Amino acid sequence: MLSSLAGVLFDGFAYGMLLFLLSVGLSVTLGMMNFVNLAHCSFAMVGGYATVSLMTRLGWPFLATLPMAFVTAAAVSVVLERTLYRRLYRSSDLDQCLLTIGIVFVSVAVFAWFFTTEQQSIQVPDWLQGSQQVAGMTFASYRMFLIVVGLAITAFLVLFLERTRFGARIRAAVDNQRMARGLGIDVDRAFMFTFALGGGLAGLGGALSIQVIGLDPTFALAYLVYVLIVVAVGGLGSIGGSFAAAVVLGISDMAGKYYFPWLGAFLIYLVMVGLLMWRPQGLFGKR
Amino acid sequence: MVAQDIALELPQGKRYALIGPNGAGKTTLMNLLTGMLAPDSGQVFLGEGEDATEITRLRADTRVKKGLARTFQINTLFPQLSALEAVTLAVLERDGHAHNWWRGLPRFGAAIDEAHAILNSLGLGNASFRTTKELPYGQQRLLEIALALATRPKVLLLDEPAAGVPKDESAVLFDAIDGLSRELTILFIEHDMDVVFRFASRIIVMVGGRILVEGPPDEIARDERVREVYLGKTRLAA
Amino acid sequence: MRWHPLEIVFWLCTLLPFVVTPNYLSLASQIAITALFALSLDLILGYAGIVSLGHAAFFGVGAYTAGLLAKHYFAEPLSGLLLAAVISGLVGYATSHIVVRFRHLALIMLTMGLGLLLHEAANSASALTGGADGLQGFRVPAVLGFKFDMFGRAAYAYSLAILFLCFLVCRRIIHSPFGLALRGIRENATRMPAIGAPSRAHLRKAYTVAAVLAGIAGAMLTHTTSTVSLETLSFGRSADVLVILILGGAGRLYGGIIGAIIYMVARDQFSGANPQYWYFWIGLLLVAVVMFLPNGILGGLSKFFQPRS
Repeated sequence: MLSSLAGVLFDGFAYGMLLFLLSVGLSVTLGMMNFVNLAHCSFAMVGGYATVSLMTRLGWPFLATLPMAFVTAAAVSVVLERTLYRRLYRSSDLDQCLLTIGIVFVSVAVFAWFFTTEQQSIQVPDWLQGSQQVAGMTFASYRMFLIVVGLAITAFLVLFLERTRFGARIRAAVDNQRMARGLGIDVDRAFMFTFALGGGLAGLGGALSIQVIGLDPTFALAYLVYVLIVVAVGGLGSIGGSFAAAVVLGISDMAGKYYFPWLGAFLIYLVMVGLLMWRPQGLFGKR
Repeated sequence: MVAQDIALELPQGKRYALIGPNGAGKTTLMNLLTGMLAPDSGQVFLGEGEDATEITRLRADTRVKKGLARTFQINTLFPQLSALEAVTLAVLERDGHAHNWWRGLPRFGAAIDEAHAILNSLGLGNASFRTTKELPYGQQRLLEIALALATRPKVLLLDEPAAGVPKDESAVLFDAIDGLSRELTILFIEHDMDVVFRFASRIIVMVGGRILVEGPPDEIARDERVREVYLGKTRLAA
Repeated sequence: MRWHPLEIVFWLCTLLPFVVTPNYLSLASQIAITALFALSLDLILGYAGIVSLGHAAFFGVGAYTAGLLAKHYFAEPLSGLLLAAVISGLVGYATSHIVVRFRHLALIMLTMGLGLLLHEAANSASALTGGADGLQGFRVPAVLGFKFDMFGRAAYAYSLAILFLCFLVCRRIIHSPFGLALRGIRENATRMPAIGAPSRAHLRKAYTVAAVLAGIAGAMLTHTTSTVSLETLSFGRSADVLVILILGGAGRLYGGIIGAIIYMVARDQFSGANPQYWYFWIGLLLVAVVMFLPNGILGGLSKFFQPRS
């Protein structure tokens, strides 16, 4: 009983780490510029497919592809931001939703064209396969890897934002854009950087998720819902909020599937609706 | 704590000016009175003597129906509606016809006529059919007042009615306000002291969330504390 | 309210498919059904300003209601329409109490969440709904004696007639004081209470009416196809109808209808062999519309025909 509970918590936490990586970028950019970027999961796909290509076509080792997944996704997001997104910063929520949904559709088609609609799979290195015994219980190695990477990145993000000057500028811009500009902070630059960072993290998340949830062109839409839930529940612009929401949702989903399989995804949606009704600005959101 | 210990009474038919430095809590007070903000403690009453009803718990729109209306410091209008449509809407809401989805708008001639009359009384007659966002700023400020008047208020709260309007145009605005019925109780927030002294029968001074002093204009002009509060100590000369 | 000559021309043209394209009458019925669905969304999105990513919930409720009635009791369409309207109206009224209290992202997420919840519930309650396979094994043979056959004449006549009747209702609403109040809410939700308007009550009413119309559209789909699929409740359908409405132009009464025509005809022509291609072009079109035609096709046309006076 206890071991299955521990198992659910462990798997849920690992899943939560994945959701966190996929969502944190969107939360920060939404909180900073109020720009609704529903194409965020397309960046995840860019990273995922980058990893797949590098491994299958160029024979790169898995770990080496991860930084590349980050970089390619970051690059794509910056290009999109400079060309299209920045013209719509003052537009309505609806217009931004629609533009980015259009981009999602295009990305789904493009990836289907180049990679077919088949599920992609990769061979992770041996030491990441299988499971380990800890305290008499069995835990999947890859999931432990996910948790380690997730926590490491969270620590890095928090340190970066709290301890560096650039991080301080980003925090200022998220808090109060106008005031930040008034203080001489180059908000556009900060935003471009944040966008790249967020997109890159999504790409990393996409690459890491191949082993756990697979990758096909519908990823961008299928996981958009989960990412939006994490962002809305966690609160815009809050890393801590995204972390908490991602963990809560990851564990709820696992618990739901394990203990109430007949409920399906019902539990996650119920949790989201309930949480939003109680705190519409999200768990840690401002306003 | 943005506003505290406010004890205020506005007898009917008088014109009150509410003055004070920026951030003193004047707009907050208006928001509390109209129901856009809920107070942590205290009560708001509307009406005279025994007829006074407590409105503290009432929703903002219910307070309007009871006769308390306001205008906003920053234009809060309906950009794509024409001036006539906007005022007509206010009249229809007042008369309780706005829920009617079956009869066409042209059938509500009385409401439309009344809207025309209100617009004319404020000099906006020729702007009736233009969309709000096309109107020049000064006329938009007048439309702000027109919307509030359409609700047939007994008490009217004007939040810096001439905000952003150049001096020469604001005369039109204040003549219009001056021309309003003497049965209407008006409280207006204003920074221009000439206007304040011309129109107000009493002045309330707010500083730091509290009421500093209240009284007729000449008393306020002589009050030392009020002079100190304003940077330009000579600005209050009558 | 006077009818513009173009409107009369338009509605007369809707009769053309009977004569000009008799092979495409089933597509035409689907277009009419989608048009009604989009029109119902316009009421809350284009006129009241509620961005909903879960409107398919009511479409699906209507579809399943009609299907369950036909399957277990009797397969007469008009009573199915009535029952679907009532049930989806009730669901709409119930959810409206939640929906009207929120704005911005929370509102979008809530409407999406409620839609997803309903979809999951229907998926799980397979004893009632057939689960992922949908509701099958029933037939709706005819309406008022006109058989639903493979030529689709009765289907199109039925869909077109109901669309037109619902359109007339919407037209009345738009031009009424209530319609003006909805536009007021869309234009400036803050000012409405300040002029004594009970905004939430207005919005609940609009949301309920929109739910009723969407439910009717869903029921029509069931009647003309004699099947109900789980997809009628899906997020994809909510997103699709949003795209359709924006394409045609929200807040212009005819936007949903125009959008439905263009979207469905294009999908019929282009998606044939490869559904991927379809997503590519519709995505590109969406980006183009947002960047260059922010008020949809009707908005663009109106700028063209009526220069600013």
